[in-house]
Amino acid sequence: MTPAALTGGFADAPLQSAQAFRSILQAMARPGTIHDLTGALPPPPLSVAAGVALLTLADPSTPVHLAGATDTPAVRGWLAFHLGAPLVGAEEADFALGTWADLQPVSRFRIGQPDYPDRSATLIVAVDHLEPEGVRLCGPGIRGAAQLSLPGIPALQANAAMFPLGFDCLFTCGTRIAALPRSTRLEVL
Amino acid sequence: MTDTAYNFAYLDEQTKRMLRRAILKAIAVPGYQVPFASREMPMPYGWGTGGVQVTAACLCPDDRLKVIDQGADDTTNAVSIRKFFQRTAGVATTERTAEATVIQTRHRIPEAPLTEDQILVYQVPIPEPLRFLEPRETETRKMHELEEYGLMHVKLYEDIARHGHIATSYAYPVKVEGRYVMDPSPIPKFDNPKLSDCPAIQLFGAGREQRIYALPPYTQVVSLDFEDHPFVASRAQHDCDLCGADGSYLDEVIIDDLGGRMFVCSDTDFCTTRRELGHIGRLGAPMTDEVA
Repeated sequence: MTPAALTGGFADAPLQSAQAFRSILQAMARPGTIHDLTGALPPPPLSVAAGVALLTLADPSTPVHLAGATDTPAVRGWLAFHLGAPLVGAEEADFALGTWADLQPVSRFRIGQPDYPDRSATLIVAVDHLEPEGVRLCGPGIRGAAQLSLPGIPALQANAAMFPLGFDCLFTCGTRIAALPRSTRLEVL
Repeated sequence: MTDTAYNFAYLDEQTKRMLRRAILKAIAVPGYQVPFASREMPMPYGWGTGGVQVTAACLCPDDRLKVIDQGADDTTNAVSIRKFFQRTAGVATTERTAEATVIQTRHRIPEAPLTEDQILVYQVPIPEPLRFLEPRETETRKMHELEEYGLMHVKLYEDIARHGHIATSYAYPVKVEGRYVMDPSPIPKFDNPKLSDCPAIQLFGAGREQRIYALPPYTQVVSLDFEDHPFVASRAQHDCDLCGADGSYLDEVIIDDLGGRMFVCSDTDFCTTRRELGHIGRLGAPMTDEVA
C-alpha cells in the first residue's frame, strides 16, 4: 500500500455519505435520471462517482470484485484502507466494478435466490457517455417512459426478464451516476 | 440543539451502510421484504424503531422532517421521534406536509398530495401480509416465491361470506406491479389508492420484524378485490366538525357521556390549513391568533 491510498476518502463521512446516499437512492428509485455524486477522490481508473458509491455502500461485510483494468495495486490499496472490503471473484461479489466490457459475461454475477431475491450483486459500471437518450425505459419509478444511454442492452433485457431475480446496476461517468434496477424494462427504439 | 455526542442521525456509519444497501435492494424489487439487521433503538419496539432506522439512513442535514402518528403531528410518538432527530441530526422540522422533505408516518398517508421531492417513511408492525394466515416464515417466504396468494383471496372471500362485504378496513393487502402481495402497514384502506402512482418514494421499516420494503415513485399498486366485490376506499360519512372538509379521513371523538360525538380530520395539518383559510365546520370556531 502506498501513502496515496490513505487519501481521497470522505472528509466528513456521516454528512457526505448521507448526501451521497440520497443521490444514489434517487437514481435507483427513478431509473433514467442522472445525479451528481461527489465528495471523494479514488485512484484512477475509478471515477469519482464510483468511489463515492463504494464509500457509501461497501464495507468489510460486502465482498467486492474488481474487473479488468480496475484491478490495480492502487485501487486495491485504496479499497483496503477506506472500505476494508474483501476482494473476491465475480461469482461471490456483492459489488463489482469495471467497464461493461470488463464485467462480461455478466451472467457470472449473483442474481439472488427465488426466496431471497435481495441476495444479488450490484454492478458499478463505468461508462464514457451518460446521457438521457437512447434505449427507452419503463417500469417502477418512471412516469411514462425515460431514456438512458446504456451499454449491453440484450444482457440488460435478459436480466430484467428474470425479475424478481437479477442484478442491479449503477452507471458512473465522472461525477455523475444513474441506476438501472432489475425492475426496469428496456425497449430499443 | 444538536447533541454532538452522537453520530449524525444517531446510528453509526456501518449500520447506516447496511440499512442503505437494504433500502436499495427494496427499491429494486418493489414490494419484496428485505431482511436487515435491525438495531436496538432508544425506544421500545412498536414505537417506530423500523421507521426511525430507515429515516436515519435517509436523512440529510438540509432535510425538513415531519413526523405524524395517525395523521397527527402533536401526539406522543410523533413529538418524541421529531425531537429525537432534532437532537441527533440537527435537522429542521415542520408540521406542514407541503414543506417537508422527509415524512415519517405511523398508519396514515397525508391528505395533501405528495411531491417528487419527498420521501415517505412508514412505521410497520407486521410486514408480512400472510402472517395471520400462515404463521411460519419458511412457508410465507415460499408463498411469495411461488406467487401463491390464493390464501389471501380466501381470507377476503370469508369476509364476504361472513359480513356481506370485505370487512378488512386497515392494513388492506395490495399487489405491487402485479408481483408481490404487500402489507401497506395499518393505514386505513381509505389511503390505499394514494399508494399507487405516487410521485414520492415510499419506504417501509419494520424494526422488530427486521424487514425493509419499498415502493419507488409511480409504482402500480392494486388493492386486492373481486370483480363482484370491488375495492372501496371507505370513510365515515360525515364532514369534519372543525374544518368542514367532506373528503378527508375522519377520527370519531366522544365528547360527553350522553352519546355526543364529533368527527374531525385525522390529518391535523390538513385540518389546520383549512381552518386558517377560513373553512369552519359544524362545531368549529373561527381561527384566532390565540388558537393558532
